[in-house]
Amino acid sequence: MAIRSKKKFDATAWLIYFGLGVGLVFSCFPIVWMFFTALKSNTEIFALPPRILPEVFTLDAYRSIFSDPVKIRFFINSYLISGVVTLLTVIVATLAAYSFSRYEFRLKKPFNLLVISTQTVPPITLIIPYFGMVVTFGIFDTYAALILTYMVFTLPYAILLMTGYLNTLPKDLDEAVQVDGGTSWTALWRVVVPLSIPGIVATSVYTFLLCWNEFLFALTLTKSMDLRTVPIGISLLMGQHAFEWNEMMAMSVLGSLPLLLLYLLAQRYFLAGMTAGSVKS
Amino acid sequence: MIFPMATVFRYSLLEGAILSPDPTFVGLQNFKTLFADPVFLQSIGQTLYFTVMSVIFHLIIGLAFALMLNSHRVNPRVRSILRVLYILPWLFTAVIIAIIWRLILDPNGVVNAILIDLGLLDFKVEWFSSPKTAIHALTFVNIWAGYPLYMVTLLAGLQGIPKELYEAAAIDGAREPQQLWHVTLPQLKPIIVSIALLDFIWTMQVFPLVWMTTGGGPIHATEMMSVYTYKLAFSRFQFSLASASAVIIFILSMAMTYFYIKHQNATN
Repeated sequence: MAIRSKKKFDATAWLIYFGLGVGLVFSCFPIVWMFFTALKSNTEIFALPPRILPEVFTLDAYRSIFSDPVKIRFFINSYLISGVVTLLTVIVATLAAYSFSRYEFRLKKPFNLLVISTQTVPPITLIIPYFGMVVTFGIFDTYAALILTYMVFTLPYAILLMTGYLNTLPKDLDEAVQVDGGTSWTALWRVVVPLSIPGIVATSVYTFLLCWNEFLFALTLTKSMDLRTVPIGISLLMGQHAFEWNEMMAMSVLGSLPLLLLYLLAQRYFLAGMTAGSVKS
Repeated sequence: MIFPMATVFRYSLLEGAILSPDPTFVGLQNFKTLFADPVFLQSIGQTLYFTVMSVIFHLIIGLAFALMLNSHRVNPRVRSILRVLYILPWLFTAVIIAIIWRLILDPNGVVNAILIDLGLLDFKVEWFSSPKTAIHALTFVNIWAGYPLYMVTLLAGLQGIPKELYEAAAIDGAREPQQLWHVTLPQLKPIIVSIALLDFIWTMQVFPLVWMTTGGGPIHATEMMSVYTYKLAFSRFQFSLASASAVIIFILSMAMTYFYIKHQNATN
């Protein structure tokens, strides 16, 4: 029986706290294990009994990654491709959204269908014709192959996101600029863009995330080591017979770092991007 | 979007797509070949099992976490910290999730060590490489990776339920469990149906996680339709057969998408 202190003992509250504790172990243990394994020496990884903290902290795994040009290249490629796609997507989506939200737009229904279809058409189905097309256009195994195909997936949703955002801005704003003798362009750059920073951030985060994590297209449309992104790099290293677990974990930490930082710094935008399309628009 | 889809449909009716300069039209022959392949049929069953189990557990765990995080009994600061932490599995890309779990579920890994210590196991189980356990291990990992989407959206949904409904229910004498059943769940239902449908569509198409944990093995025990298709196309270069298989995945996805759109229009 419960000890009655000043506060009434609340069994339900204890039960919830217990549930939350179990939930915390379930959700975070694998991630904690990854972080600390990256700091262990390889002899210690399967040591019994298992310990979370390393006996000897070592940065060897990270050192070996940063001294290997091939591995550094994976990261450069990921940043480059994700960065370029994000930039292009945001520019095109903002322009498109501006015209959609400021001028009469008749194709709303088909456009919404397009957005839903980019989210539900199986990538595994699309990869086959895209592979055929990329080979035909002679861009197989180039950055362009990935940048162009990624944009097919990111643009529709980015346009939807930006249009929704621009619709919340009053139209008299840019009309006021035009009355003062500015053009649509001035209105866009001077007034609309600065005011839509939150929408632009959410779109960027969503796009960056999609590109950074993409696996199937990066695996299939590139071939040379020079063009491989981080997820593919990790999978190739895994395929080798004797891979070093601590180094694989260090690669994983580095490969998740940008998203972890984005998430912690821009949580609100991040969640807006993550729940892309799964919530009623 | 439309052009590639037309292309893949065309490929599926040909013999020697992409590879041959002059492919021949063979009608539905590729589809007949697929349905005569026991591995393909097995992959349909396994994809279904994997998807249904994932969706059910994503929902259970996502809902449980959302309700706990929304409970007024828990210190608000604890709630906001845990909300951040519970979302973390969602930030990792499938390849990294796969490799983390391959380490943890390694025969010499931490899970076996703990289970043997607790006396729940008496030998080292090869979670990913024994045909008996591989599909369950894989499904478990996918459940771990996917519940946060439900949690986040249901938490937003919970916060949008008008307080008056609970007050009215309390006046009618409904206790907390009854309020959950008669107020909370009916209010969340449209959101639950939406996410469950989307999750079903996405999980059915799963590729990287399977590719990186088991590659469809051992002996096809975790073969999913997407992995089967990928191997046909990019290991065996049978693009016509692969296209037929890809078209089947597409049709199944679109059938689910039809329900999804119908549901969205009904709730708007």
